[in-house]
Amino acid sequence: MSEPIIEMIGVNKWYGDFQALKNINFTVHEGDRIVVCGPSGSGKSTMIRTLNYLEAHQEGTIRVDGTEMHAKMKNIGQVRINTGMVFQHFNLFPHMTILQNLMAGPMWVRKQSVAEAKETAMKYLERVRIPEQADKYPGQLSGGQQQRVAIARSLCMNPKVMLFDEPTSALDPEMVSEVLDVMVELAKDGMTMVCVTHEMGFAKAVADRVVFMDAGEIVEENEPHSFFDNPQNARTQKFLGQILQH
Amino acid sequence: MLYPDTVVPDNAVHKPKIMGLMLVAAVVFFTLLGLNDTILGEFMRPVIGEPKDSGFFGNFATGLVVGIIFVINIVLIGFIKFRYQVIIVWLQLLFLFLAFFDSFGLKYEFIQSKIWFMISQGVFTTLYISAISITLASIVAIIGAIAKLSSNGFAFAIASFYTSFFRGLPLLMQVYLIYIGLPQLGYVIDAVPAGILALTLCYGAYMTEIFRAGIQSIDKGQWEASRSMGFGFGLTMRRIILPQAMPLIIPPTGNQFIAMLKDSSLVSVIGVWELMFLARTLGNKDFRHMEMLITAALIYWCLSMCLELIQSRIERHYRTQSH
Repeated sequence: MSEPIIEMIGVNKWYGDFQALKNINFTVHEGDRIVVCGPSGSGKSTMIRTLNYLEAHQEGTIRVDGTEMHAKMKNIGQVRINTGMVFQHFNLFPHMTILQNLMAGPMWVRKQSVAEAKETAMKYLERVRIPEQADKYPGQLSGGQQQRVAIARSLCMNPKVMLFDEPTSALDPEMVSEVLDVMVELAKDGMTMVCVTHEMGFAKAVADRVVFMDAGEIVEENEPHSFFDNPQNARTQKFLGQILQH
Repeated sequence: MLYPDTVVPDNAVHKPKIMGLMLVAAVVFFTLLGLNDTILGEFMRPVIGEPKDSGFFGNFATGLVVGIIFVINIVLIGFIKFRYQVIIVWLQLLFLFLAFFDSFGLKYEFIQSKIWFMISQGVFTTLYISAISITLASIVAIIGAIAKLSSNGFAFAIASFYTSFFRGLPLLMQVYLIYIGLPQLGYVIDAVPAGILALTLCYGAYMTEIFRAGIQSIDKGQWEASRSMGFGFGLTMRRIILPQAMPLIIPPTGNQFIAMLKDSSLVSVIGVWELMFLARTLGNKDFRHMEMLITAALIYWCLSMCLELIQSRIERHYRTQSH
C-alpha cells in the first residue's frame, strides 16, 4: 500500500481543561473516501480542522502529504493548498463575485495568469453546474448554490485531498441534495475525501470507511456495510438508533 | 429614520387644545422677551404708537402678533409632507440665524473686501492640511490597528501606549509640544509640517480604534477560508479583510475628517495661515473681529456640509454594493 496522505498518531487536544481529542489514530490513503460522524460536541469538526492546522493539537503527530504539522512549520501554506476545505457556513468572500472568488486562489497563490485562472474557474463552475452565476455576488445565491461555489473554489486549487466540515448542516433541507450530488460525483472521479456529515445516505453511497466519534475519541471505524448493519460499540448503536429511527 | 410603527399617533398640530396651549405659551414668552424696541416693534408702530413709550401694552401687542404668526406657521407646516417640512424649517431657522448675526451691525463691505483672500488662502490651507493629515492618519491607523490586534507584546504595548498618550492629551497641547518641543531636541520644524504632524498623530490614535473595530467585526470564517486557501497574512488583510471592513470604517472616518477640518483651526496658534488664523489677524487691524469670525464660522460650516454630503454619498455607495 502507498504512503498515507493523512496520518494522525496518538493526537490529543485540549481547550483549557476540556479534552477535545483523545488519542486519535487515523489514516487516509489516496483515493479514500471517509465519512466522520458522531453526536455534536464529539470532536469531529475539531479533528478535521487539525488536518490543515486551523486548530493546533498539543500531543501526537499529524502528517499531511508527508509534512509533519506543528506550530513552527514554514510551509503551512503549501500544505493548506493541497488540502481543500469546505466549511459549514461556506465562507465565500462576499465582496467578490463568484468568478473572482474562484480566481483568487489560482491567481494569488498558484500565480496563474488572469486567462488561465478564469479558465480554471469556469471549468469547476461548470462541474458544480452553476456557470451562469459567475458574475453574481455570493449574497445573491441560495445556500446550496453558495456551498457548491465553495466546493468549486477549493477544487480550483487542485488539492490532493478535500476536507468537508459539515457541508450541508447550514442548508435548507431542499438544498442538501444538490450539494451531495456534487460531492458524490467528486467521489466517483476518485477525489480523496474526508467528510464530517450527518448524511447517512451519503455515507452508505460513497464512503469506503465510516468513522464514529464520541466525546473526543474514535469509538468505531468500519466499512459502511458493517458499520450500519452491525455496529459493534454500544455508543454507536445508540447514535445510529437515534438518527435512523425516522 | 427609526423603524416606524404602523399605528400612527395623532399629529400634535391637529389638536386644538395643544395648539391653544402653545399659543398662550408663545404669547407669554414673546411678551416677556420685550420686543417693542426691536424692528418688530417698529412694524407695530401704527397700533402701539411710539414703540419706546408703549410699555407693557406695546410688548404685549407685539408678543401677541408674533405668537399668533408663530403658531399659524407651525400649524401650516404640520400639514405638509415630510420633505417640504424639512426644507421650510431649515430655511426658517437659517433666516433667524442670519437675522441674529445681522443684528450685530456687521459691516458687509469689510467682509466683501477680505473674503476672497480668506477663501484663496485660508480655505485652501485648511483643506490641504486636513486632507494630508487624514491620509497620513489612515496609514498610521492601519498600522496601529494591526499592532493592537497582534499577539506580539512589543507591538501591542507600543500601539496602546501611542493611542493612550495621543488620545489623552489636548490637541492644542500636542501642537505646542511638537512645534516648541522638537526644536529643543535640535529638530527645527516649520509650522505647517508641525501642524500636520500633530493632527496626524492625534487623529491616527482615534482612527486606530475605528480600524481595529472594523477589522475585528469581520467573521473569523473569512480568515479561515483565506488560510485554508494558502493566503498569507498580508494577502488576507489586503484583499479579503480590509475591503470588507471598509464600509464599516468609512462612515466614522468621514466624521473624523469633518472633526479634523475644524480642529485644524488649532494650528493657527503656531501661525499657520489657515482660516482661523486669517479670521483673527484680518479682523485685528480694523477692530472688526465679529465680521471675520462670523465669516470664518460660515465658511467652516459650508465646508462641513459639503463633506457631510460627500460622506452620505459614499455611505450609500457601499450600502448598495453590499447587496
